[in-house]
Amino acid sequence: MESLTKRVKVLERKPMTMVESWYLLNIIKGMAITFSHIFKRNPTVKYPEQKRPFSPVFRGLQILNRDEEGRERCTACGLCAVACPAEAITMEAAERKEGEEHLYKEEKYAAKYEINMLRCIFCGLCEEACPKDAIYLSETFAPANFQRQTFIYGKEDLLIPDPVSDPEGFAKARGSRATLNEQKP
Amino acid sequence: MDTVLLAIDLAVVIEKLTLVVIVVSASLLVAMYSTYAERKVAAILQDRVGPDRAGPFGIFQPLADGLKLFMKEEIIPSKSNRFLFILGPCLAMLTAMMTSAVIPWGGTVELFGRTIDLQIADINIGVLYIFGVVSMGVYGIMIGGWASNNKFSLLAAIRGASQIISYELAMGLSLIALLMFTGSLSMKTIVEQQMAPGHLWNVAYQPLGFLIFLVCAFAECNRTPFDLPEAESELNFGYHQEYSSMKLGFYLFAEYINMFISSAVMATLFFGGYDIPFLNESNLSPNLAAGLGVLALVIKIVFFIFFFMWVRWTIPRFRFDQLMHLGWKIMIPLALVNMLATGGIILWLGK
Repeated sequence: MESLTKRVKVLERKPMTMVESWYLLNIIKGMAITFSHIFKRNPTVKYPEQKRPFSPVFRGLQILNRDEEGRERCTACGLCAVACPAEAITMEAAERKEGEEHLYKEEKYAAKYEINMLRCIFCGLCEEACPKDAIYLSETFAPANFQRQTFIYGKEDLLIPDPVSDPEGFAKARGSRATLNEQKP
Repeated sequence: MDTVLLAIDLAVVIEKLTLVVIVVSASLLVAMYSTYAERKVAAILQDRVGPDRAGPFGIFQPLADGLKLFMKEEIIPSKSNRFLFILGPCLAMLTAMMTSAVIPWGGTVELFGRTIDLQIADINIGVLYIFGVVSMGVYGIMIGGWASNNKFSLLAAIRGASQIISYELAMGLSLIALLMFTGSLSMKTIVEQQMAPGHLWNVAYQPLGFLIFLVCAFAECNRTPFDLPEAESELNFGYHQEYSSMKLGFYLFAEYINMFISSAVMATLFFGGYDIPFLNESNLSPNLAAGLGVLALVIKIVFFIFFFMWVRWTIPRFRFDQLMHLGWKIMIPLALVNMLATGGIILWLGK
């Protein structure tokens, strides 16, 4: 019979030879193996100090995007909420007033935008559904907390830092995933 | 002038007391850091990092562990025998410490115009004393297990006692061969014989005896592969199941002290004690020679402690019938053969 993988090892169940039944040689062999592990590199990542980079396709916490001038892109069309299989997104729309053009990109904006992170399954369908490139999944995950209430993220938690006043924070929050989206045809 | 029958030299008392304090605190310290070393060695052998949060490289980890044990609630089961329940860990600790009295930790130092022996008591039956004290260690286990008033503790205690008693036989027999060869029971004399020029360490003359002694030392210290009395994972923790807080700590601590002491005994009996190979100590000043000797002994002990841990993280635990099989059907006959062969060779050479 052909084996399924190349790593199959056939066990021979024959009675032990004289030397084997003394165990001593095999114990010494085993100890040589464990000793050789002293010189092997250990794969531990010392977490709080060292962080492993996320893969560019990692789907983390959602972030609400701004355009280059720092205006919110979201128009509260509700397509993300419709696309969401876990029904984690709720929003309330509002009309942009005179003199708010520097805050919101279009005439309509999301006055309230909430994502329940306990419901969210981080599938990324909201990101795919958004026609305005206003929401995408970043490279962070929701920090642990003691209260359920704290997992309902409002606009103040989700909005990306302003690229005009805080370009560094903007670039950090944006990560490599947003640029990946821009490269898409 | 009156003849003084029992003269007590105060200087000797002070000298010995200081030595006792040093040895006891040293063995406590070594035991403390053995727990750290155990975890670190395990981690290194398994490609992990090990404790590294408390202080640089985690060196304060034993302090944190000890503090944790002290802070834990101390539970004495209501149906237990209260006196014996407390006596158990005390006895385990006491017997573990007592053995250190006859081990020669070094040569002689000259301090304040006095020659001081770096040995608490050079008694002429040192090896016998060690055996006596070590076999008392089984009482700590038995009393602890029995006083807990718990079937599983009792079973584990009996398991531990039978293991220690079985392996003590082979251990004694393997040492008889050594003693026939050295002709002395005093630890100091045994070391001095090995230090003599033209004389190799005893392990060269008694390799089989050493092997048997080593295996039996593992069994006596309840270390893997013979840690049946306290098989944490499958036989729910063994004789100290009902123990908590520092009483449990004492049991665990006693195990590490036992490990330290048996390493010291092995180094003394078979590996020349405080002897430094290829070095003529008499050329050096006595204090320097003694210091180097102590250092040599410490290095040997550290190696043996590492060896204990190395074996622990390599070999899986024996089954109880395999353990008994090894003890009675292999170790004891082997030790007997070794003893007879040694006796025969000594007769043949006509020493």
